Formats: sequence, C-alpha cells, structure tokens
Amino acid sequence: MPATSHVTPRRGDVLLLVGTMKGAFILRANESRKKWEVGGPYFPGSAVYAMGYDGRARRHRIWAGPASMHWGAQLRSTDDYGRKWTNPERAAVKFPEGAGAALERIWQIVPGRQKEPDTMYCGVEPAALFVSRDAGQTWVLNEGLWNHPQRPKWQPGGGGLCLHTILPHPADPKSIRIAVSTAGIYASDDDGATWRPSNDGIRAQFLPDKYPEFGQCVHKVVQAKQKPERMYLQNHWGLYRSDDGGGNWTDVANGVPSDFGFPICIHPNDPDCAWIVPLESDGFRCTPEGKLRVYRTRDAGKSWKAMTKGLPQKGAYETVLRDAMAVDALDPVGVYFGTRNGKLFGSADEGKSWSTIADGLPPVVSVKAARV
Amino acid sequence: MAFTVVMPGPLRELARNRGEVRVAGAARSVSDALALLWKECPAVRDRVLTELGEVRPHVNIFVDGEAIRDAGGLATPVRDGAEIFILPAVSGG
Repeated sequence: MPATSHVTPRRGDVLLLVGTMKGAFILRANESRKKWEVGGPYFPGSAVYAMGYDGRARRHRIWAGPASMHWGAQLRSTDDYGRKWTNPERAAVKFPEGAGAALERIWQIVPGRQKEPDTMYCGVEPAALFVSRDAGQTWVLNEGLWNHPQRPKWQPGGGGLCLHTILPHPADPKSIRIAVSTAGIYASDDDGATWRPSNDGIRAQFLPDKYPEFGQCVHKVVQAKQKPERMYLQNHWGLYRSDDGGGNWTDVANGVPSDFGFPICIHPNDPDCAWIVPLESDGFRCTPEGKLRVYRTRDAGKSWKAMTKGLPQKGAYETVLRDAMAVDALDPVGVYFGTRNGKLFGSADEGKSWSTIADGLPPVVSVKAARV
Repeated sequence: MAFTVVMPGPLRELARNRGEVRVAGAARSVSDALALLWKECPAVRDRVLTELGEVRPHVNIFVDGEAIRDAGGLATPVRDGAEIFILPAVSGG
C-alpha cells in the first residue's frame, strides 16, 4: 500500500476533502488559499464518492464513505484529520433485515442543521436516506421514502440508483429535500415521515413524457442558506431555478454552451450567484470544444459568464462529476473542483482566476470544502 | 469438530491480527461455518456478506481448495478439519 501523509490544520484553515476512485485526500491551506498541503491517500483502492465535515458542537470530524470492490461500503470518520479512522465492527449504515436490499455505495454525508448538532444524513445506493440522531454513531433507514409507492419505478442512471443530494431546510426543522438519479427531487415537510415528488417544470428528455411527475435525472441541487426558497438545479439536460422551495422550476440555461452538466454550487451569501461546469452531452460528457470553463451567474440565471482565467482552453477534455465541485464560506468565496482526469483546481476569488491545486490524482468524484 | 478459516490480509486486523482462525463447533455447511466464525470474529461478517446474507460479488470462498461458487454455494458441505479460505477476487481497475 502507498505511504500515507497527514496534514495538521490550524484554526481558521480551509480544508478540501477530495474523494477519488482510489481513495481519499485531505488538503489544507490558510485563508489566503494559495498554498495547499495534501494528506492521504486514505482507504487506497476504495472509491470514495462521499465525504463530509462536521464542525458542530466543537467537533472537527471528517466523514468518508469508502467503497471497497471486495469488502463493501463503510461509513467511517476521523477526529484527527486522518491519522485514525473509525472502523465499526458492524457496518454503521446498512439496510435492515426485511428491506430486501444491500448497500452498494455511500453517495452523500451531510451534517444536519446547526440547531440539531447530533443529526446527520446519509444518502446511499440503492437510493435511500439514512438518518442519525447521535452524531453518526447509529443510523436508521428513513422508512417514509423507502416505502414510497413510486420507489419501485425509479430507474438507475449511469452512476447507479443513487440518492446524491440532501438539503435540510436551514430554518425549518421539518423541511427537507432530497434528489435521486433517476427519480428527481422529493420533498418532505414533516421531518421525513412523508414525501412527495417536486419536479414541476423539470424536463426528462429521455422519456416519452417530457414532464413527468417523477423520473427526471436530476444531477445536483443546491439551496440558498439566506433565502431557502431559492434553489438551483443541474439536470441531465436543463439548468433550473426555483423561487418557491422546489415547487416549480424555471429553465435558466441562458447563454451556456450546454445545459448538460453534473455539479452546481451556490454562493453562501448571495442567492443570485451560482457556478456550473457545462459538459457536451450526451455521449461525450466532456467540456465543450476542449475548453475547461466554469460558468457563473450573478443574476439568478438570467445570464452566465465563462470564468476561464488560469484554466486550460485547448485540448482540455475534462469531466466534472456531480459532487466534484464545492465552495467555501470565506470572503471572497473559494471555488474548487476536481476532474475525472485527476486534476484539482481552485479559485480564491469567486472564479475570476484559477490555479491548479493538484494534478495526477486518481479520478476525482467528490470535493467538499470546510473551515476549521 | 473443528475447522480453520484463512483470513485475507485486509480483514486480519478485524480478526485480532490472525491470519488463520481455528473454529470449534458443529458445521455441516459453509453457512454454518461462517455463523460460527462471526461469533469468533464479528467484524468480519459485514465485510464478507451483504445485508441479504449473500457472499459479496468480489469475494471468493474456497473449501479445501474448491470454490463454493462451483459447489453448493453457502450450502457446500464442510468436513471436520476443513480449511476454508476467504479471498478477494481478481478484480479491480
């Protein structure tokens, strides 16, 4: 196995949690975000589609969901930046007897609201939501979603039938949104007891009925913290905004080279600002014209501007997957993304200029940013 | 009766760093043998079997040199003194 290095973050540092097809990496930089130190690889050989940081209740806990091709997927955590990881005797996230399902992969690890510091959410494949009320020690399958009458009709996308997005409403403890490929968005306003599809206006180009109640291949959804009714959605064809918490969706693919893509990020303080990485669809799924371009809107999707300074604009056939882009909460906001070719790019000025943080990583499948 | 389970490298830490685990008890099949092994090494179970009780797709189990996939699966008989290997399949990318 490869030698593993570690980073030692200090208070105020920015962390990048990078999941790849061959393990996880933890990067740190001070708030200038100019120089990055790299720790890892952790779980070498395992695909790490999900990582998360829980800084609530004085924790400095990093979560990861490595999936070994041989030994299955496990939810693991570290409180010392990777020097020691939990390795539970019994899988922490697993389907209960009688569910008739086996865990394939962990796709999302999300801390709950600030006022609920012991609540955690986990999205998995086959598509299901698990919830912990004891800071991740024990997990329970959300039966309301699992028993939803539409679930048997959900279909796997290219990545599998995955629950990849979890959005607890920042203010309303009963409200939560999730997204599944390929099922679309589901909403609950009773803390997960019942769920309803929330896909009005979202196109399903690959179905005979282009606007079904459910079945859309939603790739990623984000929600504004300060204005939770504002959401953006990158679809499998289609780029959307909602101003009513996901009740209705309006196409905002205005001036982008392609409305296909995977990730979307929202500014932590400006609900009119978001970033995407358009890809040429559908068979190619690489950056159009060999140009690696991040597009940013500052007017809620009325227009999008290419942000290319420092990014390769020739022969750059890159793919950025749904969870491989993240923003931090500094001012100016840092934006980060990784590619299937193992490159990791960052911007410390909201996308105006970019630099290469790492090159030669295994294929990057997830990037999360946090501040210690 | 007793049998020996040879543990793969990645799971030895979960078997108290043992490469071989000697298990005593009556086991007529691989399923019985594994049930006894889980009592001795409970953390190994979820790494070898799925929640459905099936051997993970990329894990191979051999009884006295024969792959159980080519025999009777988890119902493959186990004799007194048998040697059971748990091994990762040749897979990856």
